[in-house]
Amino acid sequence: MNDKEIYAALTQVFRDVFDDDDITLTPATTAEDIPGWDSQAHVNLVVAAETRFGIRFRTAELESLHNVGDFVQLIATRRKGA
Amino acid sequence: MEQLAWLPVHDDLGTALSVARRIPDPGERLARAMHLAGFRRDFTATGRLDRLAEVGLAAPPSQLGLVPLRLAILASHTVDHLVPGIRIAGLHRGLALSVHVAPYGSYRQSLLGDDPALAAFAPQLILLALDAQDSPIDLPLDSAESAVEEAVAARIAELRHLWRRAKERFNAQVVQQLLVPASPPIFGSYEAMVPAAPRSLLDRLNAGIRAAAREDGVLLLDLVAQMAGQGPADGLADPVRWHQAKQLVSPTMAPLHGDLVARIAGAVLGRTRKCLVLDLDNTLWGGVIGDDGIEGIKLGQGNPTGEAFLAVQRYAAQLGRRGIILAVCSKNDAAVAEAAFANHPEMALKRGDIAAFLANWNDKAGNLRQIARQLNIGLDALVFADDNPAERDIIRRELPDVAVPELPDDAALYPAWIAAAGYFETAGFTADDAARGRSYAANAARQAVLEQTTDLEGYLRSLEMVLTARPIGPAELPRATQLVNKTNQFNLTTRRYTEAEMQVLAADPDSLALSLRLADRFGDNGLISVVLARPDAALRPGEWLIDTWLMSCRVLGRKVEEATLQVLADYARRQGITALIGEYRPTARNGMVAEHYPRLGFTPMAPLPDRPEGTLVWRYETRGSRPFAHPIALDTT
Repeated sequence: MNDKEIYAALTQVFRDVFDDDDITLTPATTAEDIPGWDSQAHVNLVVAAETRFGIRFRTAELESLHNVGDFVQLIATRRKGA
Repeated sequence: MEQLAWLPVHDDLGTALSVARRIPDPGERLARAMHLAGFRRDFTATGRLDRLAEVGLAAPPSQLGLVPLRLAILASHTVDHLVPGIRIAGLHRGLALSVHVAPYGSYRQSLLGDDPALAAFAPQLILLALDAQDSPIDLPLDSAESAVEEAVAARIAELRHLWRRAKERFNAQVVQQLLVPASPPIFGSYEAMVPAAPRSLLDRLNAGIRAAAREDGVLLLDLVAQMAGQGPADGLADPVRWHQAKQLVSPTMAPLHGDLVARIAGAVLGRTRKCLVLDLDNTLWGGVIGDDGIEGIKLGQGNPTGEAFLAVQRYAAQLGRRGIILAVCSKNDAAVAEAAFANHPEMALKRGDIAAFLANWNDKAGNLRQIARQLNIGLDALVFADDNPAERDIIRRELPDVAVPELPDDAALYPAWIAAAGYFETAGFTADDAARGRSYAANAARQAVLEQTTDLEGYLRSLEMVLTARPIGPAELPRATQLVNKTNQFNLTTRRYTEAEMQVLAADPDSLALSLRLADRFGDNGLISVVLARPDAALRPGEWLIDTWLMSCRVLGRKVEEATLQVLADYARRQGITALIGEYRPTARNGMVAEHYPRLGFTPMAPLPDRPEGTLVWRYETRGSRPFAHPIALDTT
């Protein structure tokens, strides 16, 4: 899965979690840009991404997921088995 | 097993949800959510369903037949992410749940102090979700057993105090969550030998909670036992989710968690299935009896497949012994199917265990309707287990009220899948439940006598019936509550009450809460009728409103109504009551009692204020009215 495919799949994850088919993501997208992205939704996003990509984020990494770019980078790393 | 494995998989749930979101009418959106809630779903789809249902749930259209219930969750960990799963599972069971979550960790304050928000919410059901980390018992590891017992007893006493307060203040049914081990053992298998070790303490606390709950009428939510083997292994007490958000149950497990809570809520309201209908070929035995013959089917010991089917039968027989009615619905020649029950030496299920046996070549939807009619229960009381996916699909389409579990392609797993679906969750187990199987056999014997007689009155006299009437006390309370919540057909007003609410009614000296049992020469039918009568603001002093009159359909056509009215009028006269006011509130299911009151000599009167549309009101003078003749001896001492 390359970054483009990860973006496409992650976009669908965001659309499902926020129930909004109009969401489009850029690396700079943050919680400020998406209504409803509060701390509970953040956990939901993490878990939905983990389920979708078949990975687990590490506890320490959860603090560094500030924007969509962080998500994609970490997903790519985890999927490579790092 | 995947979580919610018993629910069928939707072709494209994501798209269906996106389409449904654009339905403008909230009630229609809710109906759509109710339909989609019947499919297997993860927590994200469950969250979307919840948003779909949200507005409609605040004021559900009456034709959806949803029963409202207010559930408060008092927790020592985060539960907000679990609320959508609870609401949607409730919706799937016909419940309109309002859920109130008290601020995290404030459960003592909520119950012992003042919590205006909770008081305003007026919960009917309170889930007390505590965890092992919450005020832990901290004793030196070498503490004596007696010191540990003392500490455990003190904690249980505190919990019971909280339960009592919940009952006193809110008249609510309490559900206590058993403690979930959240940290690993420190001794390994030796842990239980050390009374003060964390796991040891937790086991002792849970044992204490179980015993106290049994005594106090509190229900239990056992997440460890009910989630075992389902969903991701780290879905319960995942340390990452705990450290991140104080979640004891991971969002990944929210759909199953919600179902576990909703099935208890449903059980409290009597929304429990009553009957397991079983297919035969490749469901109760391996192979096709019509082709393979009695000696050819796989059943019994000595071969793995035969053992697996025997285990399916044994599980069904066990369900039968706890009061679940068993029925057979199979495409087979009746004589061939019956012969298997009569002649196969390894059958764990006997023909006498089966209350309705339909083996023929008609379509199964028609046969299931026939079974419901024959047993006098609704289609929504049936669970239909069939190995054939095509048959399952047809029944789901034709009879959406019937629960049809998905089954795996290995019979060894059937019992676990049927059990996991929680169709038969209950809020009580009474002697009447245990006797139900025998009672259905006795009904068959009565039927046989009836078929030989041409004289109905003579037949009824020959039954030597005795109707025993008693005010509802602690002994009658569980079964009476069960009847109040699950009787749909012979039910004049279909008012539902929790056990706690029933207790209040029964304790009111100005009212009457009556339980009636019927016995005859074939056996005891158990507690078969409940009548609640009370003063009402809309009536004059000296008049009683018959708040509830219901009866089990098992004793229809035996003049029990006439005898019951005689008992009721006697009680009323002794209390100085001059008139009984009966209401009929029509529902989709209770058409059979539309003429109940006029049949008993009540006269029509003008409608009472604030009643649902279509309510009819009737009046009966307790003085001067002559009791109807009936062949039933009365025991009202």
